[in-house]
Amino acid sequence: MARHIVARTSDIPPGGNKVFGVDGRDIVVFHVNGEFFALLNRCPHEGAPLEKAACVARLTSPEPGIYQRSRVGELLRCPWHGWEFDMRNGQSFFDPKRVKVRSYPVAVESGEELQKGPYVAETFPVHVEDSYVIIET
Amino acid sequence: MSDVIDRPILAEEEAAKSRLRIIDCDVHPSIHAHTDLDQFLPKRWQQHLRTYGSHLRTPYIGTTPYPRSSPLIARRDAWPPTGGPPGSDLDFMRKQHLDPLDVEYGILQVLDLFIFSQQNLEFGAAIQRAINDWQLAFWSDRDPRLKASILAGQDDTQFAIAEIERCAKIGRYVQINVCPRANEPLGRRRYWPIYARAQELGLPLGIHVGGYGGHAPTGGGWPSYYVEEHQSNAHTMAAQLTSLVLEGVPERFPDLKIVFIEGGFGWIPSATWRMDRHFDAFRSEVPHLKRRPSEYVKQHFWFTTQPIDEPDEAKHLRSLIEWVGADRLLFSSDYPHWDFDDPRFAFKTPLTEAERRKIFNGNARALYKL
Ligand code: FES
Repeated sequence: MARHIVARTSDIPPGGNKVFGVDGRDIVVFHVNGEFFALLNRCPHEGAPLEKAACVARLTSPEPGIYQRSRVGELLRCPWHGWEFDMRNGQSFFDPKRVKVRSYPVAVESGEELQKGPYVAETFPVHVEDSYVIIET
Repeated sequence: MSDVIDRPILAEEEAAKSRLRIIDCDVHPSIHAHTDLDQFLPKRWQQHLRTYGSHLRTPYIGTTPYPRSSPLIARRDAWPPTGGPPGSDLDFMRKQHLDPLDVEYGILQVLDLFIFSQQNLEFGAAIQRAINDWQLAFWSDRDPRLKASILAGQDDTQFAIAEIERCAKIGRYVQINVCPRANEPLGRRRYWPIYARAQELGLPLGIHVGGYGGHAPTGGGWPSYYVEEHQSNAHTMAAQLTSLVLEGVPERFPDLKIVFIEGGFGWIPSATWRMDRHFDAFRSEVPHLKRRPSEYVKQHFWFTTQPIDEPDEAKHLRSLIEWVGADRLLFSSDYPHWDFDDPRFAFKTPLTEAERRKIFNGNARALYKL
């Protein structure tokens, strides 16, 4: 697995996202409630760009008339036909076995740690006070 | 992952796309601001629009009776960076849709201002006229790929015929659009003068879903949810196909070509099988029909593909295409609306080269004489 340092944590504002070209694919990284999630920037249905998806909550209803919201901001609603996906693993909610967005492991590491490894400064200058978002593909 | 897209677009797909240019039979342009219509709308109706706005045959003022799945029913990525509603910026439409998907022609379908649902028929006719001129000035003149339709609400047949004549003289429109939710079912004789004129002019009759008539959108009444109402587009189309065929429109106007737009096509086999079966039993009630209903459907009607049906098993879509007939289908994207179909991925079953050529280009080219 290749590790790619793609951004400083501060480059992606909370609730926002950013697209990176990695190995010929566009990968979109979301920043939600202090966590980072990376997904292929294409909806598995008809290919819509997921960077334009709405970040929504999970809405469930144990019975008609009762509504519950959970996991606020962690669900993606595709900008075209509105299919919903779990940002953590790319799974769809309506057919989780068959339909999912390819997701990638994301790590956040401090500049200090990175300086020790082989990934230093090839593509990004490292400032030891920063943290970096790293995608594995 | 099974039949989902988990890859960049392959080189072969790029190549296939460049071999086959697409005729998109359902592209929605929007009015950037109502004042854009001023130059085409007499002062009297400009004032009316500003003072009274729309007066629809539904009990809801200034809004649609159902919430939509997204603002202005649009793709979230279709809002032009320059402002204005989705579909209102030609440059952005070119950049996002016409150029990357290699659209050879796009047939414009205007829905703004509830053109076909105005209760005040005179006002309705005035805005239809204005929008017909606006389609040329703002779209076709600026991009020859975009082809306009003559909007002519049929509930005042005289207005409709006058508008058809006026536009036909200009000679740049490829179709005559009427409303799927008129006051009466479309087969009724009160509408026949329009069909007669369309036949003489050799212009197909386009029927695009939507609009709010005074009737509930389903035979069962007013639905509770948007998802229910959206489903009713197919029922409406099935009802209108039945009316047109059984009242004898294709029998009476054998050269008239009728296009059902944005109704999908999954409902057609069962609707025609049922009509045939009942016709076998009740033909004495409709002796004006000389052939079985399915024969009229096969010869006089075309159907745009979007919103495409997506059965769990791709082979069922395959059968559907075979039942309806690849020569009856016209590709449409519905850009920029939320249920847009991308021509590269909408058909989740392989098509033969001949089918692709017909559906994506050849049928529409012949029908609209492009
Ligand atoms: S392309 Fe994402 S839901 Fe259709």
